[in-house]
This record gives sequence, C-alpha cells and structure tokens, in this order.
Amino acid sequence: MFGRQGRRREVLALDAAAHHAGLRIGMPASKAQVLVPDLVNLELDPAEDMAALDRLALWALRYAPIVAADLPDGLIIDTSGADHLHGGEAAMLTGLVDRMEASGIAARAAVADAWGTAHAAARCLARPTAVIPPGQAAAAMRDLPLRALRLPSAIVDGLHVLGFERIGDIEDTPKAPLTHRFGPELMRRLDQALGRAAEPFEPVRSPELIEVRRAFGEPIGAAETIARYTGKLVHQLCAALEQQGLGARRLDLLCHRVDNRVEAIRVGTAAPVREVRRLTRLLTDRIETVDPGFGIELMTLTATLAEPLHDRQTMSSLVEPLEPDISDLIDVIANRLGSSRLYRFAPVESDVPERSVKRVAPTAPDDGASWPGEWPRPSRLLSPPEPIDTMALLPDNPPVWFTWRGIRRRVARADGPERIFGEWWLHQAETQSVRDYFRVEDEGGERFWIYRAGDGEDPATGSHKWFLHGIFA
Amino acid sequence: MAMSSNSFALSELRERVARLEGNSARRREVLPFGIPEIDRVLPGGGLALGALHEVAGGANGAVDGAAAALWAAGVAARTRGRILWCVTRQDLFAPSLAQAGLPPGRVIYVEAGDEAAVLACFEEGLRHGGLGAVVAELARLPMTSSRRLQLAAEASGTLGIAIRRWRRQTEATDFGQPTAAVSRWRVSALSSRPLPVPGVGRPRWRLELLRVRAGESADFEVESCDAKGRLALSADLADRSPATKTRSLGAVG
Repeated sequence: MFGRQGRRREVLALDAAAHHAGLRIGMPASKAQVLVPDLVNLELDPAEDMAALDRLALWALRYAPIVAADLPDGLIIDTSGADHLHGGEAAMLTGLVDRMEASGIAARAAVADAWGTAHAAARCLARPTAVIPPGQAAAAMRDLPLRALRLPSAIVDGLHVLGFERIGDIEDTPKAPLTHRFGPELMRRLDQALGRAAEPFEPVRSPELIEVRRAFGEPIGAAETIARYTGKLVHQLCAALEQQGLGARRLDLLCHRVDNRVEAIRVGTAAPVREVRRLTRLLTDRIETVDPGFGIELMTLTATLAEPLHDRQTMSSLVEPLEPDISDLIDVIANRLGSSRLYRFAPVESDVPERSVKRVAPTAPDDGASWPGEWPRPSRLLSPPEPIDTMALLPDNPPVWFTWRGIRRRVARADGPERIFGEWWLHQAETQSVRDYFRVEDEGGERFWIYRAGDGEDPATGSHKWFLHGIFA
Repeated sequence: MAMSSNSFALSELRERVARLEGNSARRREVLPFGIPEIDRVLPGGGLALGALHEVAGGANGAVDGAAAALWAAGVAARTRGRILWCVTRQDLFAPSLAQAGLPPGRVIYVEAGDEAAVLACFEEGLRHGGLGAVVAELARLPMTSSRRLQLAAEASGTLGIAIRRWRRQTEATDFGQPTAAVSRWRVSALSSRPLPVPGVGRPRWRLELLRVRAGESADFEVESCDAKGRLALSADLADRSPATKTRSLGAVG
C-alpha cells in the first residue's frame, strides 16, 4: 500500500509476500515498483483504516467493557475483572487471536499490567500471545527494541545514532542527560511502558446502545452509595429498555474516577431480562471489585447486548404446578464464577464411559434423554483411570485380588465382563481396541469398576493391563 | 395408660419448644423415606424439608464419597424441582445418578474451585427457594457457616444436603464437630445381597443416623437406591419377626 508521507510517495504497509520480495516500509514508491515490476498498487486510506479499527473495537466489546482503538494498528482492552468469564487470561488471548484469524486478520495479543507494556509485548515478542505476570513488566521489557516505546521516529533514530538499541539500555543510563536532549516524551513513554505512569484512555461506545449516565457534584466512594445509585441507574435503564421492547443480555457499569481512570463491572444474563431487582442484584453483587480511589464522579450504565423481550402468558397453576424460574440464580452464580463453571450433563451416544457425558449450558432445553439404565454405573469416575496390580485368569475371569493405592483387596464377588469396543469411526488407533469391564466387590463390601485393556487373548486389542475406573456406592 | 399420658406430656412439651423457637406458624414439612422403621425414629416422620442435613461415607467412603453421593441423589430425586449440586472438583458420573432417579435434565452442577465458593453457592441456592434440593460437597463445615445455611434453608423451605468428604481418612474425625445441621448420617458400604448365582447383587449399606434434632440416633441395614431413589430395608431385617425387630432398633443409640 502506498501513500503520501510528507512530499513523497512511499510504501506505508505491506503483506508477508511483499516483505519476502525485499520491500520495506518507508521505501520510496518508485524504488518498490522497480524491485517488483508487477506490484499490486493500492492507495492507503487512513480515514477508512480508522473507521475499520473502530468497528473492530466495537466487536471486541464482547470480551470486556473497556475497549479503545490503539492507533494506528491496534486495540487496547482493559480485561480486569473480565478474564475469568472467558476461562482465564491465556485462554482468552488464544480465543481472541483465533477468532481474528478466522476472519482474515493476523492478530497478536498480550496481557500485561499497563497499556504500554501490553502494546510493546504484543508487537515485539516472538509469540503471538503473551501473558506478562503482574510485577514482571520491567524484566520482560528489557530486551525489546526501542520502537516498542511508541516514540516519534525522530527520537528512535536519534537514540540509535547514540548506540541505544533496547529498552534495557535506556533503563541503565542516567535519565537527566537523555531528557535534556530528547525532551520529556522519552521518559514519559518509558514509564508508561514499564507500568510506572498511569495512562487513561477513552473507551469506545456505539451510539445506538441504550445508555444512562449520572454525574455527581461531589465524588462518591462508599459501597452503599455506589449500590444506591446503581439501583437508580438500573431503574432508568429498564424504563428505556421497555420503550423499545428490549431486555438486557449484558450490562456494563462504568465508574469514571476523579483521577481519570475507569472501573468497570460487566454482568451477563442467560436470557433477556428487564427486571430492576434482578439486574440491580447482579450489579451490586460485584461492587467489591470496584476500587473507588479518590472518588467516582460519573457512572454510566450501558446495555451492550439487548434482545427483544416479549411478554409471555404464564400457564394457569390449575393445570399443573408451575416450574419455578431459576434463571436469576443461574445468572448470579455464572457472573460470580464464570459461565463455564455452571453446567448440566447430557447423554452422548457412546459406550466409552468417559465419552458418554457432555456438558451443556444449564438453560439448554431438556429433551428428556437419559443413559441406557440396564448396566450399573459407578457414582464416582476416576479420570484418568488408575492402573492396578492384579492376578487374574485370562481371558474371561475377573481378578482374584488387586492392589489399588497400596492396599491389596481380595475379590469376594464379581460381575462381568462387559465388553466395550473402541470407536473406530472416531480414531484410527481404536480400530481393534477393546475394554472388558468387571464390577467387583471386595471382602469389606466395597464395590469397584475395573477394566482390562484388551480382550485377554489378542495383543492387538490392548495392553492387557488392568485399571480401576470407578467406585460404586 | 401411664405410657399414653407420658407421650401426651412429651408432645405438649415439644409444641412449647417449637413455639419458643419461633417457627411454629409454618408447619414443618417432611420427606418420608417410605420405610416405617426409619421414618419412625425421625421427628415428624421423615427428613425435614427446609433444613440442612449432613452425610458422610464410612471408612474409605469418607474419601471417595460414593455411597454418600448416591444416598443424597436418592433423597434429592424424591423432592420436586431442580437440583443444584455444588462441588470443588467434578468426579461424579451422571449416569449413576440417573439410575438413582435423578435424570440429567434436573441437576445443575456448579464446579466452584474452592470451599469458600462452594459455601457461597450452597447458600445462594438455599436462599433462592425455587429449587427442590441443594447438595454440596464440603470438607470443612464450621458452626457459623452451617448456621447461615440452616437459616437460609428454613427461610426458603429448600432441602439442603452437605456431603462431607475429606482428602484423607484421618481428617474424617472432623465429622464429630458440632454443626447446626438438623440431622447427621453416615453411609458405609456392606457386602451386597447374596445371589444364587455368582455375581454382585443389589448393594447394601449400613445407614447410621448419628444425630437428629429432637430425636434419637439409630442405625439400619438398607439396600441402596432403586430407580426412583427409594431405599429398601435389608431383606433379612425386614423378614424378621416383629418382636426382634423392635428390640434391635431400640438397642442401638
């Protein structure tokens, strides 16, 4: 991509193939065209780029409530308090990069204490995703090049002339002469990159979202006060939602502090909700995560995800007793622990025990399916199965005794074998594999579920080792 | 004659105590086991709804909690409504609970990660009131926490079952510590009912009622949950003549 930089046309952006052909950013346009005769020549449109970045920022609101475009080529997301909803920081980053890649964007991501640290780590570390643990910013940044500092190119070039290559080099040099020569910008950026200086940013907001706000003449700080005004905001928001016939699926409460930082609470619901009491409960449940600092001067409450909510007629309780609604309980627990921690089990058509259950969302429709009930199943399943020492007559007999966790047990009674074949349509390696399950009871009356890998005759069907897989009641 | 006047005085005394406790306005509902021998020793004729109950396994069951979980599943299966099951780490096998009468559509699991979060979810579930029963697997149950849980259960009328389960068998001595739970049970595996052919018959448990508020402790030999979550009295105990039966039940305590 070409564009004007000052008075000359030069290369401003290129893809991997162009980089391979020897083109570089900052190269004059005429030189690039000589190097690669059949160059695809596109004009760079900065305004369109910014608009696209803003759209991407709105999309990234799915991850956390505070998102902004990090011009010219990045996004900055404040994930504090939001990562546990996506399975932790590392899982969230991988998911983010994968989703971007699926839509054709080669993305790199990093999580760190400060904007500057994350900015540098995402652009200059070799890994596509990086998590910098709290307090380790300085160590992680030492070896990164100076261009990671978001400095004007004139300062970076000047530092290169003086022999500074990496951030660690500046860190080890007395600060006063450098400031004297390059101005305060250098040290400000360095402090921001190492997380020593605060750096507020203005979160992106979509104009069509339903939003209510409240400014305070005197900053507020007490948890009870925040809770009271949260209740008032929810009241206003529900009125606004009702006008449009919508229910909230996700709410963001942003608390702007007097020192220009933004604290956020995000709550989600499993189904659209417009009840004041329920939404207030969800928000106030998480107030302890807000650090009011010197006080909060502005609170905004936004329904970042809203869906149509229609009135439903409830069934008459004369016909059959009403199933109590527990979706509010599900929402409270899901917002506290993360929605992946709350689930139901559903049957899967598989004979392999560990594959016969899957986790589904607690609000998923119940089709009444269950497992076939003719064979007893243990109430506790060990994952993975634990190897045991046994003495058994091959091929069909249960063991005479077995040793599990250092205790030797004589088998008093046994049932079996129940033969389970490998699922050859899923895995090539399971074409011949077999497990023979036995239900055994020791002399003390404890019952276990043990199996032998293999059919006891043909070594191709399994290793003929014994495992304990479950404990019966 | 003396017997009946004695029991009349007792019931009057019980009423007065209930009035002093302050919840006499609401009739205490119970969930009977359907076995007269067990229901007879429980005040009100069954497991009190709107109360906290504790259960643990005996011997190795204190660590794996297999029988205790199935006992709790059988009790929960006989309540109405959804069940919330809170664990620290998931190792339940849902097909087994389905065989005890809890179809997968009725149970919602919470994998809370640590004990404090399990307690919080337990209380949240009991307070809600729309659930049939709330089951939680806990190692420690301090007096204060159990009091909170008991009050939450009383207010909403939901049945709460705390399955006590420890990492080591030596830690099971914690089960002797007092809590605010209304009853305390211990379930240990016994050898199964003998069959005329080789094989494992219907599992049997020793069900010990260690403590119950306003009642006496007792122990029973029962056969494990059937497909509806019901227990059955062990065959050789059930077929005994009436005289021996009462004597054997009266003797334990």
